[in-house]
Amino acid sequence: MTEDQVRQFLTTQFGPEGWELALLLDNPGSPKQLCIVLRDREKLLDLMYLLRNDPQWRFDQLIDLAGVDYLNYPDAQERFGVVYSLLSHESGQRLWIKMMFDEPDLRIPSVAEVWPAAGWMEREVYDLLGIVFEGHKDLRRIVCPEWFTAHPLRKDYPLRGMGERESLPVVTREDA
Amino acid sequence: MAYDLEKVRTDDGLGEVWTLNFGPQHPATHTTIRLVLKLDGEKVVKCTPHIGYLHSGFEKLGEDLDFNQYVVVTDRMNYVSPLANNIAWHGTVERLMGIEVTPRCRFLRVIMAELSRISDHLLSVGAAALDLGAFTPFLYGFYEREMIYDLFELACGHRFTNSYTRVGGLSQDIPDGWVDRCRVFCGRLPKALDDIESLLTTNRIFVDRTKGIGVVSRDEAIAWSLTGPLARASGVRRDLRKDEPYLCYEEFDFKVPIATGGDCYARYLVRVEEMRQSLRILEQALDKLPVGPVSVDPNTKMTLPPKREVYGSIEGLIHHFEMIMPNRSFTPPLGEVYHANETANGELGFFIVSDGGPRAYRARCRPPSFIHMQAMPLMIEGHQISDVVAVLGSLNIIAAELDR
Repeated sequence: MTEDQVRQFLTTQFGPEGWELALLLDNPGSPKQLCIVLRDREKLLDLMYLLRNDPQWRFDQLIDLAGVDYLNYPDAQERFGVVYSLLSHESGQRLWIKMMFDEPDLRIPSVAEVWPAAGWMEREVYDLLGIVFEGHKDLRRIVCPEWFTAHPLRKDYPLRGMGERESLPVVTREDA
Repeated sequence: MAYDLEKVRTDDGLGEVWTLNFGPQHPATHTTIRLVLKLDGEKVVKCTPHIGYLHSGFEKLGEDLDFNQYVVVTDRMNYVSPLANNIAWHGTVERLMGIEVTPRCRFLRVIMAELSRISDHLLSVGAAALDLGAFTPFLYGFYEREMIYDLFELACGHRFTNSYTRVGGLSQDIPDGWVDRCRVFCGRLPKALDDIESLLTTNRIFVDRTKGIGVVSRDEAIAWSLTGPLARASGVRRDLRKDEPYLCYEEFDFKVPIATGGDCYARYLVRVEEMRQSLRILEQALDKLPVGPVSVDPNTKMTLPPKREVYGSIEGLIHHFEMIMPNRSFTPPLGEVYHANETANGELGFFIVSDGGPRAYRARCRPPSFIHMQAMPLMIEGHQISDVVAVLGSLNIIAAELDR
């Protein structure tokens, strides 16, 4: 799987717009990890289905789904990115897809239909960053408590929290 | 298999589905995991895991701690094999910065990773047996783990939560006589494994309680992103040590056990055999351990120089200052990197986004326990309530990695 093959594949499927290919990191001595950067939300689900089903690629395993808040990142054009790490068991190839999008619309399609493993991973991204995955059957908080309102992993949420700990309700034996 | 709640018919004709809280405090849920089970008599009809009891914001801390400071947080993720987490974290940081560690460091990291794998599997097998009522294999396993703890303590000063690795190498070299003690341990372990196996592998009760329970097919294992012994017990032929070799695994001769059953018994067998193969790697690594420095040259400004130079020469002092003072130490390139290690639980990967500063902009851990817990309803629905314990034991869920 070379960069040119991926580029050709994407051009035939989606045309020249809405995506670009990049290396995750361009540094001598570091691994060359190919990443498709998507800016068009409509293309995401189609791309994922194609990558899973197409006999040329067969990316059958979703390794990781990470959300990143690029608020303070130098030269960032969009605030949020969701990074999908894919693995093909047949060829042993890995591929990354970065879905970049910005406020105010923080909804992107859910890939839980494509790979069931995405279920909890998307819930965690929703919980910690506030990105809503449309089409997810059970989008609710997973690591934070249910009554929590903020999205802690965002860059504008301070490390020590906003006083939720001090304002926890006190339940006595008589009340409970 | 999933049941449709509206169409459930119970044996006693009551037409009720009981909700049972397999609460966060329970000896068999390894630390705080909550399962809400809906039971049709004794059969589990629906299982909903609730997690987050141990969420400590490790990923948020990663944005505030230096690359060397964060290693103490990675210790506390999969805390039964902390060194494996350290090695994975610093492996990723070194990939980010393009650093090549010294041969001795690579061999030592492999030795520590395999010792951690043996430690993790001993606990996992022991705890799985303990939950089913077999107390003795647990104690046999823990005696060997005590020896591993002693080895870790000799090497880095901590029995547990070691933080042994640093960027560019290790915090310190192993002392004299460590290799011989490790060889003594390698001599003891096969007998302990034989003892454990003689109590469990052909034990009628253990086999009945684990065979056919929690079956996951190969396609399901891939679709649900299972990795490690869980996937290999379902027939997925993948081991990162062989497929994407990191450190110096390509120099060792070892086999990867694969089972096809996909049930709890297969996972147990895979874990025991993995321990034996880890022992082979350990013995080969101890024989081939090269001499030399254990960290990269301090001139590259990636590691702390030895104390004798810090106090004795001006270059050492300057290097030390540059490394320790905040906002002066690391200058990684802008970009992102993902690197995964094959730990005892599966593929432990770190995804680091770097903005050029000494702290990671985003330090994401790909936690195998979290992803395996997601497949728990898949494995348990349709089985009896007493099988919940068997399945949980075979999954080896570490709650700190689950919640981070």
